[in-house]
Amino acid sequence: MQFQYVLDNFVSLFVGGLVFGAVYALVALGYTMVYGVLQLINFAHSEVFMFGTFATVWALWLIGADTSTMGVALVLSLAFAMVVSMVTSGGVALLLERVAYRPLLKRGAPRLVALISAIGASFVLSEAMGLRGAIASALGLESVLGRYVARSRENLGLPTDRTFTVQFEIFGYGVTNRDIIIVVAAVLMMVLADQFIRRTRTGRGIRAVAQDPETSSLMGVNSTRVIQITFLIGGLLAGAAATLYMLQVGATRYNAGFILGVKAFTAAVLGGIGNLRGALLGGFVLGIAESLGAGLFGGEWRSVVAFVLLVLILLFRPTGLLGESLGKARA
Amino acid sequence: MSGTTTAGAPRAPRRGALLDGVRARLRKTPRWAQFLFMTALALLCYLLPLLELPIISTPGTDFGGVLFTVAVYVLVAVGLNIVVGYAGLLDLGYVGFYAIGAYTVGVLTSQHATWPWLLSLPVALGVTMLSGVLLGWPTLRVRGDYLAIVTLGFGEIVRLTLINTEWLGAAPGISSIPAPPSLPLIELPHLDWSTGVPLVDFSDTTTFIQFTVTDPVPFYWLALTLVILVLLADKRIKNSRVGRSWEATREDEDAAELMGVPTFRFKLLAFALGAFVGGIAGSLFATRQTFINPESFTLLISILFLSAVVLGGQGNRWGAVIGAIVVAYLPERFRGFEQWRVLVFGIALMLLAIYRPQGLLPPRRTIRAQQMRETEESLETADPTLVGRVATEDGDVGRDAQEKGEDRG
Repeated sequence: MQFQYVLDNFVSLFVGGLVFGAVYALVALGYTMVYGVLQLINFAHSEVFMFGTFATVWALWLIGADTSTMGVALVLSLAFAMVVSMVTSGGVALLLERVAYRPLLKRGAPRLVALISAIGASFVLSEAMGLRGAIASALGLESVLGRYVARSRENLGLPTDRTFTVQFEIFGYGVTNRDIIIVVAAVLMMVLADQFIRRTRTGRGIRAVAQDPETSSLMGVNSTRVIQITFLIGGLLAGAAATLYMLQVGATRYNAGFILGVKAFTAAVLGGIGNLRGALLGGFVLGIAESLGAGLFGGEWRSVVAFVLLVLILLFRPTGLLGESLGKARA
Repeated sequence: MSGTTTAGAPRAPRRGALLDGVRARLRKTPRWAQFLFMTALALLCYLLPLLELPIISTPGTDFGGVLFTVAVYVLVAVGLNIVVGYAGLLDLGYVGFYAIGAYTVGVLTSQHATWPWLLSLPVALGVTMLSGVLLGWPTLRVRGDYLAIVTLGFGEIVRLTLINTEWLGAAPGISSIPAPPSLPLIELPHLDWSTGVPLVDFSDTTTFIQFTVTDPVPFYWLALTLVILVLLADKRIKNSRVGRSWEATREDEDAAELMGVPTFRFKLLAFALGAFVGGIAGSLFATRQTFINPESFTLLISILFLSAVVLGGQGNRWGAVIGAIVVAYLPERFRGFEQWRVLVFGIALMLLAIYRPQGLLPPRRTIRAQQMRETEESLETADPTLVGRVATEDGDVGRDAQEKGEDRG
């Protein structure tokens, strides 16, 4: 127990947690939306995120950004990488829906079976990334794709410069431009998603299907389309989170999604699964609690703190912090 | 009847009808024949590592060792089937119990004491059961999906605590765990198929019963014996009041509670019994490996366990057995494709979920429910011009569905 350490570094731990929490929250939105609509734990969502991290790096390679890229050029190339990442993740999410879930929904399979399909899809996606070298050589494309498929099981680092300048200080902690970018970008995305669900016609459709799939389809909501859009939005947000994650952590690998996915899902449950604002709150609470807990007990207890917190909160608030619902409260 | 047949037709053969057909045949045979069949099957399982049959034995890896792994997975799947299949509680952290069983044995026999394995086993089982109750007591009150994530968290907490606690050996784990007591009686030769015809190979023998690091076959026999015992106990429990209570709780908790079933207590019992069986598997694993470390108890293993149960058909003990065999054996058999293993496994999971959602060997009740639903659906989607006629012949339709249900049951 290092109380003194936590007290001395409270702000830096807090901000660090906030930054990580932002990434959790963005990924958690994907889980929570799919859960709200389908009551399905989309286990493969973590791989959707993982594809985004790779897309970020590849996009930066493609436009030749490296450590010498600075200033406006750096901002523009990162923005480009984020767009590519979002498109990639969105695409993977749509593919996932088409291949792994829709056939099951048509047959009215039990929910646990959909979970198994999701687990299978998760294995397939992560291994496909881990085996991309072998796949490319089987197709004879190894020389064409070159470094994009080389050392597929290894860590892949962000090619751009990762030294960030301190913009201003709060209580002795220097807030870097990276922290600002991540939190601002994440909050912006969340507000957009939230407003989309609340204000647009499609958003209303999503809420309707979440409330009662049968009645909403009687009212003329195309539930297949709604489910598709839900997956797409989840994928887009995960893609954005992936770029921010790369800024924060700096490296990825084929199985990087797994732990982050588990944490993000925990965040979604913490806030009340199926509830968008709950996912945001859950993400931030989880990130900050983890960071402070790691300071208090040592970094190796980080995840233990997260899960113990989850169990405690569920004991006292069995439906999460804000309660569950995408449409309205469901029993 | 013409209206009914048109509405009900075409009655295409259901997917996986072969497996179900075999089972239906088995059920119709007299009890003594069933008993004989089961005994013969068990005997064959005992002899399997000595026979080393050419197609099913694993090239490259020791067949006895693979069989031991398969037996442990079967044990775990049968235990998890109690929790997931019978009681309907989604448990994503089952590996936690497996780890607690293994580590209790490790601590008592090697790390902090030098108990013999046989003495540490009951203590390990007691500790795992207790951990099941301790986990279940607060968490079984939360709803299904939350339970999944809470148990997932439990599994991770167990693993991370093992990694971070010096007292439990931290990351390197615990080594030199003793073997169960040996009783060397006779030497049993293996068969050698390398020439195409089976030859008795006296240079390759297994001592009955001597537990050594080099020969996994006695460990396999021990595991198989425990599997059989657990299966027998499972059968008794499933057919008892307890089993029926689980089923009622799973189908509709409120209704069960209204009928006077103390659902919480039965759920807790399912958790404790599931943990108990997981503990047996963990203890076996520890003594066979002789060393254990947190790496053997990752979340991925939990997911493999769950896949075994769901693949096989949750709620059916034989389904769980088959699922476990698929999950544990196939990757070992096809080690040649080492790097493609997980990919192929993932694809297989998806295909099975899509084409055989009720599992390879679903419980009879699931099959019956599905047939009823199919009949109902075929009536609903029937040619609209026939609707009137179907309605007038409703009695016939009902009887038809009933008959279908009965000949399966």
